[in-house]
Amino acid sequence: MLSTRDLVLCALFAALLGGLGMAPPIPLGFLPVPVTAQTLGVMLAGTILGAKRGGIAALLFVMLVAAGLPLLAGGRGGIGVLMGPTGGFVLSWPVAAFVTGWLAERFATNANPIRLFAVSVVGGILVVYAGGIPWLSLVAGLPIEKALFGSLAFVPGDLIKAGVAAVAASGVRRAGILPIHA
Amino acid sequence: MIELRSITHAYGERPVLHDLSLRLTERRIAILGGNGSGKSTLARLLNGLILPTAGTVAVDGLDTRSDGRAVRQRVGFVFQNPDTQIVYPTVEEDLAFGLKARKLPKDEIARRVAGALERYGLDRYRHQPAHQMSGGEKQLLAIAGVLVLEPAYVIFDEPTTLLDLRNRRKVIELLRGLPQTVIVVTHDLDMVRDFDRALVLEDGRVVADGPPAETVPAYIERLG
Amino acid sequence: MLGLYLHRESPVHRLPAGAKLGGLLLVTVAVLALPGAWGALTAGLIGAAVLVAARLPAGRVLAELRAPVVMLTLLFGFQALLAGGGWEETAVAVARFAALILLATLVTLTTRVMDMVDLFERLFGLLRPVGVNPAKMALMLALTIRFIPLLGEQVREVRMAQRARGVERNIAALFVPLLVKILTMADDLTAALEARGYDPADAGTKNSTQR
Ligand SMILES: Nc1ncnc2c1ncn2[C@@H]1O[C@H](COP(=O)(O)OP(=O)(O)O)[C@@H](O)[C@H]1O
Ligand SMILES: [Mg+2]
Repeated sequence: MLSTRDLVLCALFAALLGGLGMAPPIPLGFLPVPVTAQTLGVMLAGTILGAKRGGIAALLFVMLVAAGLPLLAGGRGGIGVLMGPTGGFVLSWPVAAFVTGWLAERFATNANPIRLFAVSVVGGILVVYAGGIPWLSLVAGLPIEKALFGSLAFVPGDLIKAGVAAVAASGVRRAGILPIHA
Repeated sequence: MIELRSITHAYGERPVLHDLSLRLTERRIAILGGNGSGKSTLARLLNGLILPTAGTVAVDGLDTRSDGRAVRQRVGFVFQNPDTQIVYPTVEEDLAFGLKARKLPKDEIARRVAGALERYGLDRYRHQPAHQMSGGEKQLLAIAGVLVLEPAYVIFDEPTTLLDLRNRRKVIELLRGLPQTVIVVTHDLDMVRDFDRALVLEDGRVVADGPPAETVPAYIERLG
Repeated sequence: MLGLYLHRESPVHRLPAGAKLGGLLLVTVAVLALPGAWGALTAGLIGAAVLVAARLPAGRVLAELRAPVVMLTLLFGFQALLAGGGWEETAVAVARFAALILLATLVTLTTRVMDMVDLFERLFGLLRPVGVNPAKMALMLALTIRFIPLLGEQVREVRMAQRARGVERNIAALFVPLLVKILTMADDLTAALEARGYDPADAGTKNSTQR
């Protein structure tokens, strides 16, 4: 059962995802396209809140996007965006946060940034691509290997985000606030 | 009456309140003391938000440990930062929150919310998102959200610390007019001059206790 | 909080959210089941009819559709160029989804956010048997909406601090204070909820915090 504090944490991290979408995209130096930090928020929801609460946080966010709040980067939102070619990448966030958290609860329970990074890569990149690419292929009538190939352009940016998420999560863990099972 | 019997409170290993016994019977009570002296801990013990490590707290004879829910119905609590007290997106919904948690009938909720909107001058914000209000208005809403529950006691933990002068005065004014028993944690010495009693905490112990006319000068002296 | 909703006096706007979402679901299934071009044509015609009936400004609707349409067109163009043959099939597939995206966008533009949220909350009621607590979902959704603007501000502050220091490098170091702040906020908010009588143990029982 979710405690009051659990409810609050889920809502605050869902709101963080929204807040990250409202901010101008973060330029990551050498990358041509500025990236939004929203998937970074998904990774953090998993590593900091754990599987259940992280998954719920991302689910709340996706529901509010579906309800018509313009919370995705660039002020986009609504069911149309979720059904669009990139919709699968967003719809997979609840699963991604859950998997990140599930892995973190098992393999990254301390402040080790390497482990947190690995967990964020699997949950926050692999899972998101596993949901997003088939969807893209379906909606755009694109052979799946081409959809995969096209998405590779975003991998460097996503790896950097996983790195940032890992270092940040490690910092929070070291500060000793909120152990993952709390 | 709120009575504390031999209260000790520790976070983990570290005790922050030491063997405190108090009978709070006055209508206006201030809790003074430096940062980290244990004021918030004491305040939160009074309505069962936290339970003492040792000793008992009783509100009108109800133990915070065994009758927590009944105690919280009797004792309202207002915090320092209005931003984390307003929980619903719009003013009207937020006022209704505590009443719904208490499972009051719909028409009673509507009646009380309407009353609060008018009494605290929030009528024109009714459907407005809370995040568009100023700091003072937000604190007013936070206070209204507690008063609408009609508690017999209201505890305030530094209610004016984050406010500007004008809004500070507004809150003090509102506090003065309350029919309830009021217990205020504050650094605002002006506010407490006409109080019935002021306690001074230092390192988790009461170092002065009595009418503000006596304890406030003692407090200032200790600071200096 | 403002959503993408565009107010007009129209029968489409007046339809309950559930009817619109259910309709969208039905049409989607039907279109994907219908063979090729017929599906696209049906969805396109329904979309056009709804667009007219909803009295929405075409410009605004198109603006919402621009990103997916541009993307679909580009992807389609690439394929047609590279693959050569078989592009007709792709064209049909793309057209089908373009039409569905139009319909979905129309649902969003004609339905208030709160009506949609209320609908979700009612749908969660159906999941009660599998352990979902609709009252808790409702409270979390409300809390999220309440705190999005606040966290938007916090994120902006982090970005400004980043610029003020003249470093775009150590972004992680700036996220830590933000996260610590959120976790502190969580403590305060939890205390505030409980001080106002919220008890998770009886949320979801009859006549509780549900709207
Ligand atoms: N939740 C907590 N966990 C651990 N220590 C705490 C907690 N809350 C307060 N403290 C510590 O207890 C002491 C008293 O805190 P508090 O009652 O908040 O004092 P005051 O309100 O007078 O500033 C401080 O040293 C503070 O750091
Ligand atoms: Mg304090």
